[in-house]
Amino acid sequence: MTKHVLEVEHLKTYFPIRTGFWQRVTGYVKAVDDVSFSVREGETFGIVGESGCGKSTAGRSILRLIEPTEGKVVFDGQDVTEATDSQLRDMRRNMQIVFQDPFASLNPRHSVRRILEEPFVVHGTAGKKERQDKVLELMEVVGLNGSQLDRYPHQFSGGQRQRIAIARALALNPKLIVADEPVSALDVSIQSQILNLMQELQRNFGLTYIFIAHDLSVIKHFCDRVAVMYLGRIVELADKAPLYREPKHPYTQALLSAAPVPDPFVQKERIILEGDVPSPANAPQGCAFHTRCPAAFERCKQERPVLKRTAEGHQVACHLYP
Amino acid sequence: MKDVLLEIRDLQTHFLTDRGEVPAVDGVDLYIRKGEILGVVGESGCGKSVTSLSIMKLIPQPPGKIAGGSIRYKDEELTTAKEKRMKMLRGNEISMIFQEPMTSLNPLLTVGEQIGEAYRLHRKASRKHTRLYTIDMLNRVGIPRPEQIVDEYPHRLSGGMRQRVMIAIALCCEPELLIADEPTTALDVTIQAQILDLMKKLNRETGTAIMLITHDLGVVAEMCSRVAVMYAGKVVEEGPVKDIFRDPRHPYTKGLIRSIPRMDIEQKQLYSIPGNVPSPGSITQGCRFAPRCEHAMDKCHELMPELKLADYDHRSRCWLEQGDAEG
Repeated sequence: MTKHVLEVEHLKTYFPIRTGFWQRVTGYVKAVDDVSFSVREGETFGIVGESGCGKSTAGRSILRLIEPTEGKVVFDGQDVTEATDSQLRDMRRNMQIVFQDPFASLNPRHSVRRILEEPFVVHGTAGKKERQDKVLELMEVVGLNGSQLDRYPHQFSGGQRQRIAIARALALNPKLIVADEPVSALDVSIQSQILNLMQELQRNFGLTYIFIAHDLSVIKHFCDRVAVMYLGRIVELADKAPLYREPKHPYTQALLSAAPVPDPFVQKERIILEGDVPSPANAPQGCAFHTRCPAAFERCKQERPVLKRTAEGHQVACHLYP
Repeated sequence: MKDVLLEIRDLQTHFLTDRGEVPAVDGVDLYIRKGEILGVVGESGCGKSVTSLSIMKLIPQPPGKIAGGSIRYKDEELTTAKEKRMKMLRGNEISMIFQEPMTSLNPLLTVGEQIGEAYRLHRKASRKHTRLYTIDMLNRVGIPRPEQIVDEYPHRLSGGMRQRVMIAIALCCEPELLIADEPTTALDVTIQAQILDLMKKLNRETGTAIMLITHDLGVVAEMCSRVAVMYAGKVVEEGPVKDIFRDPRHPYTKGLIRSIPRMDIEQKQLYSIPGNVPSPGSITQGCRFAPRCEHAMDKCHELMPELKLADYDHRSRCWLEQGDAEG
């Protein structure tokens, strides 16, 4: 059996809503509401969903970049949620993150050399000479030229900046990289360059990825297993092939049918959902999707479905599948 | 061609920057027929948005200016048209919707006031009639409870609803041409499907031609009858959507189609076009795509090919297609 690198159990991240003069807490935005999954070593685990579904918050809560409210995250046998600051720092050597906007995630006042040396300085893992060699090596690994080391982020294009962000994440030889929409800010022709680079790095370094995106075709291309999130909850979790071939949850079905196919010869049935995603501050009772679900019945309004395994190996949270 | 609504020839739109005069649009040739949906695709900086702003004469001057070429709408030349005339056209015969609905709606006016504004101006309608018409418009773009929404402010609406309001504003005077600049890029997939569906329906019902600017080939494949592919300020290929997807002629179009991940096909590794998108004005000689093109010949680096007919109704700008004919 394959080893699990990361186990997430009943993770909840709530943000308090404060109102009035005394800033009293009057409610909670349940950004991540009871999410559990585990990630196997060397795989790419995709999290897909629309804006506000909590996919980014989930990614950050796992690394404790946002403090989770409840639940447990176990990384490589160690409890992340219970770790002290210094333990956490050591753990982060092995778990890194790449953000969406490569402009915002690189300090504009630091040269690329300084950006890439920083992880070694923070963790004190390499001497000055060694550091310089490593930085050069990193540049090469992500397909950049070592002569560009003394340039600043604004002198690079979006795709190149994302390569720098990836190089920084790779610096300490991590086991797990959380990639939060790493290609959605990039042009199509650059997007495929970055995806190919990330795949190559995974093969060469045995990386495990948690890949967060809203683009269903990117997820399909890149991931081994996929979790679909809606309003802070996982509604369906399955291997890529069965999920795309035969989605079970009505939301997954609608989501897949809504994505445009870049082929004018393909005619497909569209399920067009009515209305908008409700606010996560005021999620519907019962199944969060029942307000838009074409198959909703009485039970959906009252009882929240739990993620259950079906015969085909799908995990789905829906009352249609007892 | 008598059914042509708008024809752009050799349009040049330049901007004055620190690096001198930069041609954001550098010789665009395009036409739109009555009632059709034309897709304009390209990556960031290819000049697709500047082209659309040039049609509406909404280029801020200075630093921008239309430096050459012609834009003919019906029988009228727009590049030399007076501002007074443009004001009569804008929102009336040609209207536009933008990517980010929140920044293009006025937060201080109600939805109804914003939709009614253009209608009252162009149709000289009474307040009472305008209000009824506005509610009808909201209904047509699929907004629930239009009688109440008409008095709401934009911040109370979701992104999808705001884009519907934008569409209502754009269509209230039944324009001949609607320019939609990335209308669904800021929206989620399920909302995007709603908006695209609505635009298609309105195109069928009212016969409004749509120029749909996007970077998403999926949206083009689903919506458009014809498509123009832009690269570095020029149209590199243009033709019926089915021809372009089945038999792309320009290496850039080929690369673009091959580099998108597909949901319906299994792909081991994605194709990727080497190099980066050039910044406007950085390449001045030869084919703009030559430095990234795997078929580039000596000639490509020296001379810019023409946009020539490759097949019936299908034009491409590449020496590979035209090289032999001219020796």
